[in-house]
Amino acid sequence: MNTPGTQDTEPTAYQPPLADASLLPEEEASSRLQLVWKRFLRQRLALVGLVVVALLFAVAYLSPFISPWQYNQLDFNAFLEPPGGSHWFGTTQNGFDVFALTMRGMQKSLVIGLLGALMATALAATVGAFAGYFGGAVNTALVTLIDLLMVLPAFLIIAILSPSFRGHTWLIFVGLLAAFQWMVTARIVRGMTLSLREREFVHAARFMGVPGWKIIFRHILPNMASLLIIDATINVSSLILAEVGLSFFGFGVQPPDVSLGTLIGDYAGAALTFPWEFYFPAGLLVVLVLAINLVGDGLRDAFDPNTQGRA
Amino acid sequence: MAPFLLRRLGYLLCLVVISTSVAYLLAATQLRPRARYEGRNPPPPAAVVDATLDALNMNDKVPVLTRYRRWAGGLLRGDLGRTIDNQPVNAEISRRMWVSLRLVLVGAFIGTFLGVAAGAYGAVKQYQWSDRLLTVFSFVVLSIPAVVLGVLFKNAGIGLNNALGFKLLYTTGEMTPGMDPLSWAGLVNRVAHLVLPSLVLIVIAIAFYGRYQRNAMLDVLGSDFLRTARAKGLSRSRALITHGLRTALIPMATFFAYEFAMLFVGATFTERLFGWHGMGEYFVQSVTKNDVNSVAGVTLFVGVLVLIAGFLSDLAYAALDPRVRV
Repeated sequence: MNTPGTQDTEPTAYQPPLADASLLPEEEASSRLQLVWKRFLRQRLALVGLVVVALLFAVAYLSPFISPWQYNQLDFNAFLEPPGGSHWFGTTQNGFDVFALTMRGMQKSLVIGLLGALMATALAATVGAFAGYFGGAVNTALVTLIDLLMVLPAFLIIAILSPSFRGHTWLIFVGLLAAFQWMVTARIVRGMTLSLREREFVHAARFMGVPGWKIIFRHILPNMASLLIIDATINVSSLILAEVGLSFFGFGVQPPDVSLGTLIGDYAGAALTFPWEFYFPAGLLVVLVLAINLVGDGLRDAFDPNTQGRA
Repeated sequence: MAPFLLRRLGYLLCLVVISTSVAYLLAATQLRPRARYEGRNPPPPAAVVDATLDALNMNDKVPVLTRYRRWAGGLLRGDLGRTIDNQPVNAEISRRMWVSLRLVLVGAFIGTFLGVAAGAYGAVKQYQWSDRLLTVFSFVVLSIPAVVLGVLFKNAGIGLNNALGFKLLYTTGEMTPGMDPLSWAGLVNRVAHLVLPSLVLIVIAIAFYGRYQRNAMLDVLGSDFLRTARAKGLSRSRALITHGLRTALIPMATFFAYEFAMLFVGATFTERLFGWHGMGEYFVQSVTKNDVNSVAGVTLFVGVLVLIAGFLSDLAYAALDPRVRV
């Protein structure tokens, strides 16, 4: 929604240093990466976040090989059993193993978050840069599209569309989540492109006859790499949260697929009587999102040490 | 100032028209009201199904634009059409509206106020323990989905009741059935029901607002005009509040409209968890029941809510920023 504060000026919460990475010699480019990496390593919390994310990722994908039970296996000797024995997180009413279910759900949530974030950031970068670089009618059309999508209530629209992707692949759902996640970044990218467009290296490329789309992908977007990396990281956690919200009502991931959202939705009512069914998936979800946000925050500080505090 | 506000109102109105129309068109093409009738046992004859759907303006054999025109025509006369169970949508909405509004308004106003206060305080006390506490609080709360937060509060409330040995806070419904809603006891009962679900929304709003307000206030704190205010002899607190906070509030006004939409979604979760029969529950049921007109009705409600919030933030903007009034 456009309100006077943001109408005329593009949001410029983040301004990366404008060095044309694509034109620098190989050595200097890699030394900048090293510098950022060193700054990142200096932040203890961000490092903890990174380790936690990596661990959760590894556990989620390795668990089928180490866990005695699979997510679709029933144990007819253990209904609603508390954690212990071979059921590390306990079992559900039907005899499903909560650990296996949670890991299966986390796999799905991670894939949804990563895939959706990549799609959203790629879309934001492309649309924003094209609107800013070409201007004119392209700009008008794309900015209208951005404004229109920003007006639509994402949660309601995806819920309305949910019956039509029921029975189809969950990838449609990821696409929809991403489709409502890119607009704010696209506006920032557009604003930055407007200023980059007038820089010498872009002029030089244009006068040498490089086509516009090539200039965008070779010279303009690499200059925003830091913004895009941070944005993608933050998107991962917001998409995971969005998935949980929609799946809670049955508007997201559909059975037989399992995600952290469907688990939380199924067992929210059991939180008091059979806490292991709810608190294991919910707790791991919160840890995962917190860890990703810590990494995002650390990246922001590493790329731009001048930013004050946390935006 | 009046032309500015009128222009904004027109703009916001356009946005509501667009978002509601898109929602209607999507609902009308994606939901399958026919399935609800054809699935009955014994299956009614096709002609009967068609006639019923025609009466409800939900027949998918009629071109969608014709249906949209009929629906929009009714809307202009203040009629939102009929639900799939042939009840007026207007009645349903007016019955449920205040249930949700109670949650959203309490959450929005208390949450915004406390969030602004906490954010400004945190900025003034930058890097002291109170500021760190706020930063950690915002960071953690914004990483927890509203559903999980709701379950935590609900169970904490039940735990509190058990510890006290009597029911202080209620965790289901908006009031105990059979109580006189107008009596003093009924009012107290309502408040005891309201506390937990709105606390969820308040906590979310504080985390959201506190974080942005802190940054906005930090930007202002180092400014020249604040030093000038101190130099002309204002006390520190006076300078911080009338010159600092006032300026730092301007960008915050923009978030108010966003916050409303966010809180409505949040209210959808708390309504489900705490058994309130509000608009969020209505929306979820309508999508499941393929009830096109109800879905469009709720979207309109949310649109109007955001419109009012947007207009309020414009008013606040105009009041805070003298440049707008010129």
